Amino acid sequence: MKYVDEFRDPELINKAAEEIRRLADPNRHYRLMEVCGGHTHAIYRFGLKDILPPNIELIHGPGCPVCVLPMGRIDDALSIAEQPDVIFAAFGDMMRVPGTNGSPLEHKARGMDVRIVYSPSDAIKLAKMNPRKHVMFFAIGFETTAPSTALTLQRARAEGLRNFSVFCNHVTIIPAIRAILDSPDMRLDGFIGPGHVSTVIGCRPYEWIAQNERKPIVVCGFEPLDLLQSIVMLLTQLQNGEAKVENQYKRVVPWEGNRAALKAMSETFQLRPYFEWRGLGFISQSALRIREQYAEWDAEQRFQVPGIRVTDPKAAQCGEVLKGVLKPAQCKLFGRECTPENPVGALMVSSEGSCAAYFNYEHRKAALVTTIGSAA
Amino acid sequence: MSAKATLGSAAPKIRFREPQIEMAHGAGGKASRRLVEGLFAPYFFSSSLDPLGDAAHLEINGARMAVTTDSFVVNPLVFPGGSIGELAVNGTVNDLAVSGAIPQAIVVTLILEAGLRTEILQAEIQAMANAARKAGVRIAGGDTKVVEHGKADSMYITTTGLGAPLPGIEINPRSVRAGDKILLSGPIGDHGITILLARGELDMEGDLRSDTRSVFPLVDAVVQAAGPAVRWMRDPTRGGVATSLNELARDCGMGIILFEDSVPVRDAVRGACELLGLDTLHIANEGQFLAVVAPELADTALKALQQTPGGNEARIIGEIREQPAGSVLVTTLYGGSRIVDMLVGDPLPRIC
Repeated sequence: MKYVDEFRDPELINKAAEEIRRLADPNRHYRLMEVCGGHTHAIYRFGLKDILPPNIELIHGPGCPVCVLPMGRIDDALSIAEQPDVIFAAFGDMMRVPGTNGSPLEHKARGMDVRIVYSPSDAIKLAKMNPRKHVMFFAIGFETTAPSTALTLQRARAEGLRNFSVFCNHVTIIPAIRAILDSPDMRLDGFIGPGHVSTVIGCRPYEWIAQNERKPIVVCGFEPLDLLQSIVMLLTQLQNGEAKVENQYKRVVPWEGNRAALKAMSETFQLRPYFEWRGLGFISQSALRIREQYAEWDAEQRFQVPGIRVTDPKAAQCGEVLKGVLKPAQCKLFGRECTPENPVGALMVSSEGSCAAYFNYEHRKAALVTTIGSAA
Repeated sequence: MSAKATLGSAAPKIRFREPQIEMAHGAGGKASRRLVEGLFAPYFFSSSLDPLGDAAHLEINGARMAVTTDSFVVNPLVFPGGSIGELAVNGTVNDLAVSGAIPQAIVVTLILEAGLRTEILQAEIQAMANAARKAGVRIAGGDTKVVEHGKADSMYITTTGLGAPLPGIEINPRSVRAGDKILLSGPIGDHGITILLARGELDMEGDLRSDTRSVFPLVDAVVQAAGPAVRWMRDPTRGGVATSLNELARDCGMGIILFEDSVPVRDAVRGACELLGLDTLHIANEGQFLAVVAPELADTALKALQQTPGGNEARIIGEIREQPAGSVLVTTLYGGSRIVDMLVGDPLPRIC
């Protein structure tokens, strides 16, 4: 399969792994954060930890939109969807995220009209097919998915679609990285930078990380070879005492980003003064709300929103895991009360959540790999 | 059951404590297993500790027989490569086959929604007759119920199958040993992805057909070639290869190693899974089966499979090891590995 197989080529992967072993100083411990949940997933999915030297520690970052969403937002949206003739539409990975009284899927089993869509334009299709109902699209994601929500809002307005709205939870990546760097218990050597977010925002917004914080950051793709090559680039910078923004994912990410996407976003969204992040607390100017001109398609303006705030279950240590302070398995609930089937925290729900990735692909494996050896 | 037996037996121990039934309980993965083992088995099979298989093998008045049943609620009714009627015959035929039985006869229950067009029903009845003829099974009877419009999605079909156990083999996960090889009859994921695309909810197209077919000729080839060296078989339908092998790992207490690069997957299926973030090992199949064969006869069994029509893409995809006990580990050519669990939740409901 083109654009996939060449980035999973065993020979090239082995070469990159060798290069990493050559560059890594055995007397030094490297702490590299992969910001993006997609990277966390790929690291476990492809078993990349097995081929990295033990002194390269990968810390999972906050870039999983489902994981950083506070439970109150889900409760708010579900309370709107409880009104008669409302269809709750969301991406599949939202479906099992727990609200106070159950996940959207559990609400569906109790009779709520909940639909999985694969893009916001599917939600528009749904609205046209159900003219007597109101379709509320639960929008979620960083700058990766915000442009498609923006275009959908523009389309809904242009077509005068009355039975459609967006419950907007879009967040922005830079304030989250800043919050991580400001966290006193966090020591990092460099960043594996977000790939998909950067297709939209480009590489410039990361320059302060290199210049002010003196940390190298390499914007990275999602295949095994991308990740290994980015680690090679980070180690090379660290070896040379440099801190630069580099773009490993050039085949997709333009340095300046995607101007058309940014324009659609700025026409439809504005920054919220502050927004609550699970685990990170309130971060100012870290999320998007829908502009006044689009109020008619903004579920928060169109419906009564209770503004529910829920504290996370005390025993769950999602915040620490989200900031990379704790490894998933170090949380008291991991694998016992909290599993992908019965998630307590959102990190256990999305396939991009570090707990789910760790549980699905790594859990139970740790001590065994050495006894198993290579494939026959 | 006699009154005495009832008095003598303790109340069944019910471990299933979930307050309501969710779609996931029917998806064939973890939740389904919890429901069956935690609620059904304690009431129905209080004395039996045997692992649950694809068909029950019974002895009645000295005659051995295999019996199984399966319901079909697929949406849409017709899809590239098959339809609900064909699926209803092949699904039950395959459950008998992988339990180590020759499929003989099927009885059919139809639940029809008032308002269903006759030509749609007729097409499915015809599809069932054709599939039964092709699979060499007799349709021996059935029952029909009609429910109000809106209470069923056009039609649901339940088929119950009877089979004659193949002599000389016993399919039992507890007979599996370290070193045994895992055979797979052909490429995986065709059915699940075909249904997903046929629903037209995604702006995606692919040149794919459901793999629905009777696997009995292929099962028979393996059994004839390897005899008692065939330890276990299963058709990886809902929940896919990953779920079937996890069940085996739990039932036999051994570890399973899969060689990712040996698992045959068509490009269209791989592509769709990459785009949708699904694991091909979790996608449903309707015309493939897995067999665990003792190492000394694994190559013989594979050759027999490959020489049978429809088996040319069969491969050895993994093996049984002592570790990781109770789990399935997938290894890659470059030395990475990951645990693959049963399907959790239900990414693709109502695929069969």
